[in-house]
Amino acid sequence: MIETDILIIGAGPTGLFAVFEAGLLQLKCHIIDALPQPGGQLAELYPKKPIFDIPGYPEVLAGDLVTNLMEQIKQFQPGFTLAETAETIDKLDDGTFIVTTNKGTKHHAKAVAIAGGLGTFEPRKPAIENIAFYEEKGVEYFVKDPELFRDKNIVIAGGGDSALDWSIFLSNVAKSVTLVHRRNEFRGALDSVEKVQELKKLGKINLITPAEVVAINGKDHVESIVLENEGVQQVFETDYFIPLFGLTPKLGPIANWGLEIEKNAIKVNNALDYQTNIDGIYAIGDVNIYPGKLKLILCGFHEATLMCQSVYNRINPGKKYVLKYTTVSGVDGFDGTRKEAEKAVVKSID
Amino acid sequence: MMRDITIKITDREGVVHEVQAPTDMNMNIMELVRSYELAEEGTIGICGGMAMCASCQCYVLNNIPLPEKNPDEEAMLWEAFNVKENSRLGCQIHITEDIDGLEIELAPFE
Repeated sequence: MIETDILIIGAGPTGLFAVFEAGLLQLKCHIIDALPQPGGQLAELYPKKPIFDIPGYPEVLAGDLVTNLMEQIKQFQPGFTLAETAETIDKLDDGTFIVTTNKGTKHHAKAVAIAGGLGTFEPRKPAIENIAFYEEKGVEYFVKDPELFRDKNIVIAGGGDSALDWSIFLSNVAKSVTLVHRRNEFRGALDSVEKVQELKKLGKINLITPAEVVAINGKDHVESIVLENEGVQQVFETDYFIPLFGLTPKLGPIANWGLEIEKNAIKVNNALDYQTNIDGIYAIGDVNIYPGKLKLILCGFHEATLMCQSVYNRINPGKKYVLKYTTVSGVDGFDGTRKEAEKAVVKSID
Repeated sequence: MMRDITIKITDREGVVHEVQAPTDMNMNIMELVRSYELAEEGTIGICGGMAMCASCQCYVLNNIPLPEKNPDEEAMLWEAFNVKENSRLGCQIHITEDIDGLEIELAPFE
């Protein structure tokens, strides 16, 4: 069981910054995220896009902001449970919580802060009638373990970076790689497109464009797919079908936690501390809603800060505390580091 | 003085709304739909307007000339579902006086 003060659900900018504010209050944080890397939509959707409305940064790339936030919170040694989705929550008699992920990892926390942004990123699934039947029986929406495809025939569908990158990578693992896309053009990094072109010439990637996968066949496992182009269908034998059409966010299992939901977001008390209708569960950043809500990173930072103060008071009732400034008090990391302003030197001039 | 224009929007339930849109706020069709709450929050403009999710896909119903699709919009529509000949991404259609009278229908949510 993972023990922590604040369990943060979502490793986007708001969740990451919450670790810093909690750290200033000597509170330990652990973060769960469905994606394999921290950063949320900044890392997953637009790492190379500039953001212009972070105070103090005239311009910062989304990916760089994540790197900086990770650097800023490093001293507070947050724990991470990545590539797992928070599935169930149980409130214990003492007011603490146990959150269990889809893989059974249990987290025990004094407070829970949902910083889930747009929700859990789930794969966009193509509209093929029986596709659900073949999930984990030859249909894979992620490449979690490339070894699964060793010496197998695989078909990848999609026209973006992940389809290109995995086709390249798996061309050295699988027996055969076929890349199917609706168009002849691909949207991806230029070097990936060129690499696929080269591997096609070498016969290591079989490119079928323009075409679409419209059906899947097989008894208990994928055995073949049906490709269609301008009404003409063709059956194509394969062991695996990997549709890579990007990810789409869904509120996911959190929607069943008994929280008040409005417009696909979690209602919170913004006049006080961003707490939800369940005492001890907070919602901060894009995932929450209140009158006047703005989905901005800078608003998420503010909400995270107030949430941490509230959790401190919750965990330490009656303990007197006043807000401190880092310029005055410095920052004491849990890793033993200390950062502080340089002290003025008092020295006489002869 | 920049004026408001009129856009006719058929929502996902088939209800037609005729709405006024300002031309001086650098808005796009996706944002217009959200500001009039013609689609449920969380089902439109999910990526914020970066042509990355197709949740604002719409079908253009009349012949008002629109700017050409940029490569991002084009590529997203190759991967989106329910795409038709007249599909566009609302987030990539900016509200200007040139599109006064535009009629669109929101594509189903995936």
